[in-house]
Amino acid sequence: MAEHVQAKTVTAHHAGKDMGAILKDCAIAAFIAFAIFAPIIGLKTVSETGGLVLRQRWGAVLIATAIVFAGRLALHLLFWSRAPEAGKKAGVLPRLAGRLEPLIPFIGVAMFTAAVILPWLPSTDRYILDLGTLVLTYMMLGWGLNIVVGLAGLLDLGYVAFYAVGAYSYALISTSLFPHILPHWLLAWSFWLALPLSGALAACWGLILGFPVLRLRGDYLAIVTLAFGEIIRVVLTNWISLTNGPNGIPGIPRPSFFGIPFTRGDNGFAHTFGLEYSSIQRIIFLYYIILILALCTNFFTMRLRRLPIGRAWEALREDEIACRSLGINTTNTKLTAFAMGAMFGGFAGSFFATRQGFISPESFVFMESALVLAIVVLGGLGSNIGVAIASVVMIGGFEMFRNMDFLKQVFGQDFDPSQYRMLIFGMAMVLIMIWRPRGLMTKRDPTIFLKEKKAVSADLVAEGHG
Amino acid sequence: MEYFLQQLINGVTLGSIYGLIAIGYTMVYGIIGMINFAHGDVFMIGSFVALIVIVALGITASTGIAVLMLALILVLVIAMVFSGVYNWTVERVAYRPLRGSFRLAPLISAIGMSITLEEYTRISQDARPKPLQPLIDGGFTVAKRVSDAGTFVVSLSYIQIAIVVTTVVLMTVFTLLITRTSLGRAQRACEQDRKMASLLGIDVDKTISLTFVMGAAMAAVAGLMFLLYYGVIDFYIGFLAGVKAFTAAVLGGIGSLPGAMLGGLVIGLIEVFWSAYFSVEYKDVAAFSMLAMVLIFLPQGLLGKPEIEKV
Repeated sequence: MAEHVQAKTVTAHHAGKDMGAILKDCAIAAFIAFAIFAPIIGLKTVSETGGLVLRQRWGAVLIATAIVFAGRLALHLLFWSRAPEAGKKAGVLPRLAGRLEPLIPFIGVAMFTAAVILPWLPSTDRYILDLGTLVLTYMMLGWGLNIVVGLAGLLDLGYVAFYAVGAYSYALISTSLFPHILPHWLLAWSFWLALPLSGALAACWGLILGFPVLRLRGDYLAIVTLAFGEIIRVVLTNWISLTNGPNGIPGIPRPSFFGIPFTRGDNGFAHTFGLEYSSIQRIIFLYYIILILALCTNFFTMRLRRLPIGRAWEALREDEIACRSLGINTTNTKLTAFAMGAMFGGFAGSFFATRQGFISPESFVFMESALVLAIVVLGGLGSNIGVAIASVVMIGGFEMFRNMDFLKQVFGQDFDPSQYRMLIFGMAMVLIMIWRPRGLMTKRDPTIFLKEKKAVSADLVAEGHG
Repeated sequence: MEYFLQQLINGVTLGSIYGLIAIGYTMVYGIIGMINFAHGDVFMIGSFVALIVIVALGITASTGIAVLMLALILVLVIAMVFSGVYNWTVERVAYRPLRGSFRLAPLISAIGMSITLEEYTRISQDARPKPLQPLIDGGFTVAKRVSDAGTFVVSLSYIQIAIVVTTVVLMTVFTLLITRTSLGRAQRACEQDRKMASLLGIDVDKTISLTFVMGAAMAAVAGLMFLLYYGVIDFYIGFLAGVKAFTAAVLGGIGSLPGAMLGGLVIGLIEVFWSAYFSVEYKDVAAFSMLAMVLIFLPQGLLGKPEIEKV
């Protein structure tokens, strides 16, 4: 009986959306789109002598409007016309992810293996290695932020502040402090000495910034952390005597292979190990450093989740009041989450500084925070493997924009695909939230269980509640 | 003293602009409990639309005063309409499907929308700042001090008067709209209890949409003011102005219209006095620290109701 009724509603659903109504709806959407695009795209203001003039580009407006019309029509025909019960699972992304889920452990192993052997693959060149290093840096940042957002449920929009603190601590310690206090032979070790220091400094900043916001929740917390991120950037830009302001800090020492520098000379890495000198050695070494740092972050997070403090984080995320009434010290719990997340951000920052050799406040804008947050959200808050997949997809996807020169043949030589990557990124953030707000990985493994381990759907956990 | 007076005038002007943007934040937060992160960018869009219309109409400072006034009102209306359409679309595309989703989803979607709007404007209008020749010149001399160091003139420009007067007029109209009309009643009802309001026959979705449109219209007014006052805009003005206006909304008490205006004034004054007496470089730090301090010590704001959390 129930099936019969359902079947009836399905047909009614189909019949209710005849082509005329769909076309009318699409036409309305196209009209609104035209109104939206007409002034901003259609009339470009160009500075010329004697003031601004307008340059008209109605062709572009029409193309954009046509895209909206076609997109709306496609949505109607492909998704919205589906029967309701099928509609629940509609969408390519969710289905794909649903199929991926049983494979999670294998994906993890496969990614790990691929990451380890990447530098030795015959097709790997410097470009691939640099890209891999970048992906791993963001993966590490994602895992660090995952502690704060995914586990403890504290939405942090200023994570880049700790990245900046780590980078500047390393840069300042290694360029201004160590040359004065360390004996010469120890200077080659400066990366390894400064790394824990910058991590500790970042963790301190995590505490300093975490302390005032203990009482805040949700959106308010997000906006205050954003403000902190901006404050740090403004201070870095304007405190010229310390940070050299917008010009940044050049000449940051490169890491050494436990005291052996990557130089051409007699005491260099290549000579010591009887190899031929090649600049790629340093790149490979940097790649392995960030791989190890990222894996450490992952390992620590996984272990911490099993400790009382990790369980307290997750309990805090689910319900702060219940947490408090059960005797968990929410102050300490929040502060440790901030400090832990900040510490890993600081490590990643010092790696960034040593890899670039030059840092300036421009590298630490809000967009970086948004990018890392997007990686965590796309991956699925609280899921480490999801974050790993998301950072590969996200950073790899960004890089693809650089390599789409074939689009120039379609749109003409002036067309620069990399111009559009942030636009696509912003739209992707919205679309992910609409289609799959829980990210790619929607299963959560409970950290503690009575008899058997039952996977929990992400819909049942309250990430980012507090 | 004269210097102080001048800064006071400047602060009130800036505060009016922030207050107008803050209304959009406070109304949206009041009704659906989310920060419309893209609101600052809607302000930016409003500013751009105003600029484009001004250039298209060919308005310059040499236009006669009567024509200029009429033309600017036309510009204002067009900018308000287009911003309204933008914010309506933003709500429809990015927020409405997420109602009832987990708490972070609308905020993240809003951040995505903010990036989208910024990049869209950057690509369509390029990243260079857009200068506009001043349209309204001149002003009154309020006070004058002649000393050995030279003459310091406290001036109140026509544009500052226009900004403050427009803000006051719009605020009055707006308050009447909220307190006297059925739309305002519906909005207040949705703010108090959305489910109950819908049970009583209020079209909640429509009310929310209209709230976004109204907030955007106010932001567009602020956008035109900003353009006329500073004479230069770019695609990134929405971010800073947005955060500061949000600070103003929080300071005034989120959900409260007079609070938004008061908060805007306070933030404008703080920023201007900080720049005048301490350092220009750190004026944003002052505004941001203010936000943090208000949220920590006075989370309900100056005119807001304290939030009671029930288990």
